[in-house]
Parts: sequence; structure tokens; C-alpha cells
Amino acid sequence: MIHADRKFYLALLAPTILVLLVFIAAPIAQSVVLSFHRIIVGLPQLQNPFIGIENYQELLHDSVARHSFLVTFVFVSVTTFCEVFLGLLLALLINHRFPGRGSLRACVLVPWAIPTVVSAQMWRFLFNDSYGLINYTLFGNEVSQYVAWLAKPGTALFTIILADVWKTTSFAALLILAGLQIIPDELYEAARVDGAGIWRRFRHITWPLIRPALLIALLFRTIDAFRVFDLAFVMTQGGPADATNVLQLYGYKKMFVEGWMGYGSAISVGVFIIILILAVIYVRMVGRRVLEANL
Amino acid sequence: MAVAFSLVPFFLFVSSAFKTQTQVTAIPPTLWPSFSLDFFHSAIVQYRILGYLLNSVIVAGATTFVTLFLATLAGYALARLPRSWAYFGLLVILACAMFPQIAIVGPVWRFLRLIGWLNTYQGLVLPYVALTLPLAVWILALFFREIPAELEAAALVDGCSRIGALVRIILPLSAPGLFTAAILTFIYAWNEFFLALLIITDPLRQTMPVGIALFQGEHTVPWGEIAAASFITTAPLVAMVLLFQRRIITGLSAGAIKG
Amino acid sequence: MAFLILKNISKRFGGVPALSNVSLRVEDGEFCVLLGPSGCGKSTLLNIVAGLSPQDRGTILLDGESIDHLSPRERDMAMVFQSYALYPHMTVAQNLSFGLRMRGFSKEEMSLKVQETARLLQIEHLLDRKPRQLSGGQRQRVAMGRALVRRPTIFLLDEPLSNLDAQLRMSVRLELKSLHRQIATTILYVTHDQIEAMTLGEKVVVLRDGRVHQIGTPDTIYNRPADTFVATFVGSPMMNLFQGKIVCEGNAFKFRSPDFSLALGEVTLDMEDREVEVGIRPEDIAFGESEAVRLRAMVEMVSNVGTNKYVHAKLGKNAITVQAPKDVSYNVGESVALAMDPSKFHIFHEGKRIG
Repeated sequence: MIHADRKFYLALLAPTILVLLVFIAAPIAQSVVLSFHRIIVGLPQLQNPFIGIENYQELLHDSVARHSFLVTFVFVSVTTFCEVFLGLLLALLINHRFPGRGSLRACVLVPWAIPTVVSAQMWRFLFNDSYGLINYTLFGNEVSQYVAWLAKPGTALFTIILADVWKTTSFAALLILAGLQIIPDELYEAARVDGAGIWRRFRHITWPLIRPALLIALLFRTIDAFRVFDLAFVMTQGGPADATNVLQLYGYKKMFVEGWMGYGSAISVGVFIIILILAVIYVRMVGRRVLEANL
Repeated sequence: MAVAFSLVPFFLFVSSAFKTQTQVTAIPPTLWPSFSLDFFHSAIVQYRILGYLLNSVIVAGATTFVTLFLATLAGYALARLPRSWAYFGLLVILACAMFPQIAIVGPVWRFLRLIGWLNTYQGLVLPYVALTLPLAVWILALFFREIPAELEAAALVDGCSRIGALVRIILPLSAPGLFTAAILTFIYAWNEFFLALLIITDPLRQTMPVGIALFQGEHTVPWGEIAAASFITTAPLVAMVLLFQRRIITGLSAGAIKG
Repeated sequence: MAFLILKNISKRFGGVPALSNVSLRVEDGEFCVLLGPSGCGKSTLLNIVAGLSPQDRGTILLDGESIDHLSPRERDMAMVFQSYALYPHMTVAQNLSFGLRMRGFSKEEMSLKVQETARLLQIEHLLDRKPRQLSGGQRQRVAMGRALVRRPTIFLLDEPLSNLDAQLRMSVRLELKSLHRQIATTILYVTHDQIEAMTLGEKVVVLRDGRVHQIGTPDTIYNRPADTFVATFVGSPMMNLFQGKIVCEGNAFKFRSPDFSLALGEVTLDMEDREVEVGIRPEDIAFGESEAVRLRAMVEMVSNVGTNKYVHAKLGKNAITVQAPKDVSYNVGESVALAMDPSKFHIFHEGKRIG
């Protein structure tokens, strides 16, 4: 067919590639390099010596880091599971044709569109221990019974999880919905004619056909959940007692609050590797099919 | 029920913006505000909310503009290149969309400090462009692929240059795709927090999310003002979402599913 | 003046050769048809001539000058695509004037030319519509109009009629011919339909798998096909082909196949004992006996195709198709006598014509 010179297309791609190189590829590489040095911001006289894998060794023994990983892991597991599950229910609901469906969809989309910090402040307000609505709903006027949700290590993580589920379930629902809508109506009709009830129809038609979409939603959300930062920063600042000290927050604190840029970089590389593994799994499982379907 | 869950918390929060000071912290809580604009007033005057708003508009607007421009070119290239190249390109782009921000924040910050671009608009816009390009390129490449290459052939024979064909024929026909990419990019840039927090520390240039997160009261948390600021921040977004929900949903599913 | 010369054009896609050493010459004002089955490379050739795709080897000369380095815009050609490729977001008038706009014509000039062309193609009443509001036939005219309006040096048409229904195709074909007479521009026309090629073309180029098999007038192609491919591709129903040997009996040559023999007429060849194929067209076979040839065939099927009737029979093991007079009926299972005129034989050796 008509092919322009390769050069022409490369010229079109060049600016994009340049931006991505400078602001994504290079920084990631740089992070790796930095992680092999001792760098303390504010103490330039130390001259950032190369210390090999010392940072990583320290990281492995760092109980806070381990705890942080655990916290993040719990967060990811619970939120992903809830969001995909609830998202599935929501998607099934929206898939049914009923009046007002459009506005339901729009309403469900609103939490996604709100800046995370706004939703974080909102939940902070609702979970407030003096006048928050959650406490009011649970305990009425008995102010003495009010729980300080954000200040107790046991419940703090829960509040963040709830905030994330509130915000992102709709996104998961949309991804699953797209997969649902590909299933042709005739299959359901045929099943109904054959006498299959709702549960049967779901089990034998919906479930197998929706698995790829669920998988995509799952993996997408998992990778995204590992990157949580805004919620923890605004709602609890990682506290109390590191109960919500998720990985990115911990890295941020080390790098920008305490100034340990070398060590912080080691943390970032660690997080990056975790996500890279997940991403590779993602691309392996679904990427090929997605790309081929589109190209 | 789902609607209730989605909207009620938000509504409650936002309505605080319209209450009087006492109403905010009252128990039992007043559900319906008295529509006082006190908090808006103090938010604007005391906390200079409008300054933050302006910064957000500038940053998100500039990001959208630059991203869309670059993504149009790149998306077109990927749409017309032979399959193997396009494959590779999109794979790389997918990869770029998946890493954690923390992996780039440190070095980007050092780099910006080096060239004196901390606390500048461009210092924030460019990383944002890098972060929004993957999805935008993906969406646009998909849209451009839908347009038959014969139309460009016809335009070339009619006397257009290649760029001319892109501008006169392809772009008008992919308006929906451009629109979707623009909306998604804008929303992302408007809402972003992590990078904004670190790159811009001068309150005069900070964006809304940072402003809202760092709201400091003198003695207590100024919920009323926070609510007012949140309202101002999210009103345009909610409006956009309600108006363009179809486009947004198409764009998001294109970014992930289509499989 | 616009005579076109293609010299040794070759092109590969990946490892697959799409065109191999294609050479041809189109005279000024000539209607030249590129005929061939799908995948033979004719569209690729057209794209190369238009400048949309570069050739790997070979050169193109327009009026004696090489145009290889020129962009499509500079070549001043116009093209009608198989799918019409009308700009969906523009009105018919804008579609027509697009090429003129690109070349900087003034508003008045454009309007004039558009009106003129629209009148010629009878689409004046459609000027304000968008392509999606038009029928297939109307779109085809607009596509032609877009090409016509610029009065280019050469017209390139890529199977422009293939998307039309049969009746429309007939009438548009006639219009095309009369249009060509009026504007007398050089035309390069691509099709896989041999009837189209035969009715429209002044020169026909038969292609297969990227190679030229024969170039000639429709008459030549039909009556003196250069090889078995051309012989069987052109003409419907297909030419009958039989395999056998040439033997010499006395001082006459005969064609001997396992089931029958044919006396060959004036054969001045050195082909004794060679394997050959002999072809004869259905309309050149007659019913009845003659001294020259005596054959009996068994009727298997009779097909009635409106204007003509064909009898499909078996000559021994060979299938044979004969054009039959309309008023005589033939029954399946019937044995019929056939007579062939040796002067109508086409003799091929290893695919190529020898007599």
C-alpha cells in the first residue's frame, strides 16, 4: 500500500519518544544508579559515594520496610478483591437495560473523576472522631462512643481501603462492563429458552466469557493499587505507628522528608521491580490478545 | 443503592461547603446546609483558593495541549506503520504506563533542580505530558487505524502533502477520539498530586490538589474551607463527566479491554 | 501530450515479489486496461504509477521524462479508487473541489469547474450532500468527478465498477467510453473483469502474479492468445483445452489425444512427437459431421445463459463446452456429433502459443 518513508514516521514519533525517554526511561535508570550510592540531600559535602548494594542489604533488614510491604500487600489484596467483585456486580447491574441507566452510569463515574486528595479529605471528614458522619450513623448522639478511626492502628488501614474502594470500584466496573457488552444477547436468549435460570445463565455463559475482562481488571487494579500514595498521605500520613505506611509513601518519606535519596531510590527500585513482574505477567497473559485484536 | 453509595458521601462533604461554621461540627449533623457562602468567602480571601485554581487550569490546560499534539503525531505514525513496528511501539507505551511514580520522582526532581525548573509550570507540565502520552497515543492510534488509508491516498493524489492529509482529512474524522483523549488527559493532570507536591513547593504556583491536601487551619482543620475548595475543584470535573460520560467510558475501555 | 512508458518495474513486499519486470507503453490518449485475476499486482502497479508507492527497480517515463522522483502531487494524475475514497466529512462539491483547492485555484474558477464536471456527470443536484447520503452509483460518479475536475494528464482507475450492480455497470461502462471519446485523455484502467477489459480497452495488458503475459488489442488477445493462461482467462465460457501429441501421418500432421484425434491444417512446425495443448473456443465448434473432423460427445448438461446456449459434454474423458443454436434442444445422455474447423485451433507448447 502507500508507505511513506520510514523517516517520516520516525520524525513523527521522535518528540514523543524524546519526552518519554527524558522523563520516564532515564529517571528509572537513574533511580537504579542512585540506589547504589549514599546520597543525603542537604549534605553535599559527603560527595555521594558509591556503596554498591549496601542500600539493598539495609533494605532487607529494615523492619519498617518489611512492615510497609506488608501493609501495601494487604491493601492491594483487599482493595483489588473488593473492587473487582463489587465492580462485577455493578457491571452486571448496569448491563441490564433499564430507564435511568445512563444517569446511573454517570453517577458511578463521579467518584473516579474526583481528585484522590479531595476524596481523601472527604473521608477524613466523614471518619472524624468528633463530628464525623460515620460515627454518627453508628453511634447516634453518644459522642463518648465515637471511634477515632484514623488514629487507631487497627482501623486506619480499613479507612484507606474503604476510600479506595469507593473511588475505584466504578473504574473496575467499567472495564468489566466493556467485556460484558461483547457477549451477544442471543446466547442469553437461547439459554432462557433452554430453561436456564439466572444463576445458571451466569455460571455457564457470563462467567466463562467474562474471564478475560475480569483478568484485565484484576491485573490493572493490582498494579495501580501498589502505587497508592495520595490517600495515605492525606488521610493518615502513614500513621498511626506505620499502620498505613504504604510503599510509595515510605519511599517518599525517606527521599524527601529525611533526605536519604540513595536509600529511597533503593526502595523505589524495589517497588518498580514488583510492579514490573506484575506487568510482565499482565502482558504475557493478556497483552498479545489485546494488541492483536486492536491491530 | 449503588448510586446512593457513590454519591451520598460526596454530597455530604460538599454540602459542608455551604454551611455555617457551627453547622459543620455539630452533632447531630445538619444534613441540609443553610446555603451560606461564608466558607467560600474565607476560602477565597484567606486561603487564596483562586490562585490554586488558576495554576491548575494552566497546568492541566498546557498538558492537554502538548500531549494531544504529540500524541496525534505519534498515534498517526503507529497507525500507519507496518504491524510489527506498531506492535512494538504500543508495547513500549503500555510499559510506560505501568511503573510507579516513585521510581521517577527522585531523578526527575534532581533534574528539574539542575536546570532550574522546580517551581515552574513547565517543570510540572512536561512530566505530566510524559505520564499522559501513553494512554493518549493508544486511544488516537486506535482511532486513526479505523480510517481507511485510501482516504489519505486520495488526498495525496489530489495534491496534499502528508502532513496536509493528516490535518485536513484524518483529524476532522477523528474528532471523537481527540476529544476523548483530551478529556482523559485533562482529568489526569487536574487530579494529579504526587508530582505536584514535590515539584512545586511555592504556594503561589501550587495546583489545587496540593492546596487541598495541605490545608492548614490555625487551630482546627478548616473543614468548611476545604469543602468549599473541593467543590470548586470538582464542579468542572463532575460537569465534564456528566456531559461526556459516553466518550470517557469508550476511552477508558479502549485503554484496557477491546480484547 | 501524455504517453507513458514503464520499464522493468519490479516490487517486492516482504519476500514476496508483487511485480516482476513489468514493461509497457501507453500512447497519448489511449485507453489501456490492466487485466488480471486478484493478486496479480495490477493495483500495486497503479499505485506505483501514481507515486503512492515506490518501485524497487525500474523506471517510469512520462512524455519521455523520468517521473520516479516526483510526489503524487507533482505527477498531475488523477485516481479513482475501488472504494471511491470520498472524504466523508465534506460535501460533494467540496470533494470535487478539493484537488483544485490544493493547487490554489480561485473561488470562481473552482466553482466553474465543479459545475462543469457536475453537469457532465449529471450530479449537479447532489452537490450539497454528504457521501453517506448517496447511493453506490452516485458515489461512483462523484469519485469520477473528483478525478475529472482537474483535467489531469493521466487518469488512473482502480476497478471503479466492481462495487456496482450488473445493470449499473453496463450503463456506466458505456458512459466511460463516451467520456473518453470526449476528453481524449490517457487512461490506465485496472480490472479483473475480462468483459470490461474487452469492451473498454484499446490496449489490454494481461497480468498474472506480477508478470505481463500479453499486451495487445482486445482482438489480438482474444483471437491470438499468447499462452494458455490468456487463452483460458479471456473468453467466457472458457476455451476448451486438450492435451496430446502431434504426430505425422503421411504428409499431414495430426493431433492425437488418448480419446480422439484431430486433423491439423496448415501446420508449419517442427513439433513432431511433442506434447502440446490444442484449444478451441466453444463458439468455433459446430454440430454435425464434416469430412475434416469426426467426433462424438456425450451431453452432460445444457446451460441457458440468456443470449446463448451452451452444451457441456464429454469427449471421451475430456470435458468440452460447445455453443449451441438456441432453437435446437439437446438432451442429457444424448450423443452428438461435433465438427471443428482446424483454422480455429490454438496450439500451445509448454504453455506458449506456437500455432
